[in-house]
Amino acid sequence: MAKVFIYPATSLILSDLVARFGHKPLGAALGIRERIQTAGVDSPPLQITPEEPKRGLKYAAVEVPSGVRGRMAIYGPLIEEAEAAVIVTDADLAFGCMGCARTDELILFSLRQSGIPILELTYPSTEEEGVQFVAAIKKFLDGLEKGGEA
Amino acid sequence: MSRKVRVAQLSCGPEYSGVQKEIYDAAESVDAEIFFPDIALADVERAVDAFGLDVRSADLKLMIARGKALVEGKVDADGVFIGTCFRCAEAAIVRNELRRYIHENSRLPVVSYSFTERTTSGTLLTRMEALTTIARRRALLAREEQTGITMGVDSGSSTTKAVVMKDNEIVGTGWHPTTEVIKSAESAVADALEMAGLTREDIQAIGTTGYGRFLIGKHFGADLIQEELTVNSKGAVYLAGHQQGSATVIDIGGMDNKAISVIDGIPGTFTMGGICAGASGRFLEMTAKRLGVDITELGPLAMKGMGKNVPMNSYCIVFGTQSLVNALAAGSSREDVAAAACHSVAEQVFEQQLQEIDIKEPVIMVGGTSLIEGLVYAMGQLLQTEIVVPPHSQYIGAVGSALLASGFIEGE
Repeated sequence: MAKVFIYPATSLILSDLVARFGHKPLGAALGIRERIQTAGVDSPPLQITPEEPKRGLKYAAVEVPSGVRGRMAIYGPLIEEAEAAVIVTDADLAFGCMGCARTDELILFSLRQSGIPILELTYPSTEEEGVQFVAAIKKFLDGLEKGGEA
Repeated sequence: MSRKVRVAQLSCGPEYSGVQKEIYDAAESVDAEIFFPDIALADVERAVDAFGLDVRSADLKLMIARGKALVEGKVDADGVFIGTCFRCAEAAIVRNELRRYIHENSRLPVVSYSFTERTTSGTLLTRMEALTTIARRRALLAREEQTGITMGVDSGSSTTKAVVMKDNEIVGTGWHPTTEVIKSAESAVADALEMAGLTREDIQAIGTTGYGRFLIGKHFGADLIQEELTVNSKGAVYLAGHQQGSATVIDIGGMDNKAISVIDGIPGTFTMGGICAGASGRFLEMTAKRLGVDITELGPLAMKGMGKNVPMNSYCIVFGTQSLVNALAAGSSREDVAAAACHSVAEQVFEQQLQEIDIKEPVIMVGGTSLIEGLVYAMGQLLQTEIVVPPHSQYIGAVGSALLASGFIEGE
């Protein structure tokens, strides 16, 4: 069983797919709701304190906005722990999304730099693409069975 | 008990910056409640397309959709707080454009702020209090004439000012450096009363403002304790004789600067310096001290100099002072250095704060620094307009307080 970072980290569907195919998903797995009544689309379930942006200094310099550093304090350790990653770009907001595009850029860069096996997919726009999308994820995850190698 | 003022929060990043609790606390302390306009996820992209600003961050898209919902009347609010992370360029564009859009298309008071993880509820308090004042006290803020005998006390970070007014005239003033807050206020009040030839018993109502407003308000048994954003706006248009229509009020204070876009004497949008005090009146005090002149002499000195002859454009008060010392060591004249210091402060206020509000004439400068003519000149040059400095401009907060306090005489 490999530890697989999912992007968008809030995607319940990706989280479920990774778990379903026998691996441990690493992400926030927050439910994106039809109606948004919280501060952000990916509002954390618990209060984050001003200490998190300071911890985030490990991943981003002080001139990087506090919101980015606060998110990196949460996702940075998960990226370090990850043995593989599934990245879905251009996803629909409802599929799962992160509130801050600058954090997205840093997360994706950090994953690509880490040297772990990564599957990068574009969000499907047709049913046929959807089937291929799930098949590609399954194939990638199946390949991770032996010691995390793709 | 009055109902809570409902403040709509449009933001990106406060939760992950760890400051959402500070925003809640600031609102709670002025009996306001923060809420997030309820938006359907499906409406977000549609609203962003209609707004026309193509941003990447989902939370910024959400801000835009919420702003549109407020303007279109789909969501009710008494005021709007717009907050984004300090140093985020994408967020700064959205914050500014959204603030402008709401200001131009609704009557909702808006305050915008860029926060760091170090932002506290205390920093946000005055801004949040101003939003609630505008929502709760519109009738009081509409007052254009002072009646009876009232006193206003402004407990600022550098100086404490007191004014006694009688039948729409200023009859007494007092001014003391702020050392011990209550003692300084007592001294300023004593001077104002002596000048007016009145006693405390003659005063029918008292208003307080400034950083020490709560402490001195309690001490004097004030009828009105109100933050300086709304009070100074009122005082500025009153003294400038421009109570109706649009105006811009600039107050470069001892610790922070205020830039307020005013309509009929009531703030529409406003900013207060918060992250840095490099461009405050304190820098001019330090400049005067280093040049060996009284602060009152700095303005005339600056008018004799050429600021362009001295490089001084640091955002930091320490580096600014270093530029000053270097210039003097290199043989620059005191006049040129004084002019450069004034230009430096005016330029920073122009770049950092005036860009966040809509400048509409007349531009009224108030507060103690408005007496530094070199600073007023530099600001006029930057804005390409003639700056109005009304009489008694240094007493602006005290005058505004005395004016508004007279509303409480009739209330008895």
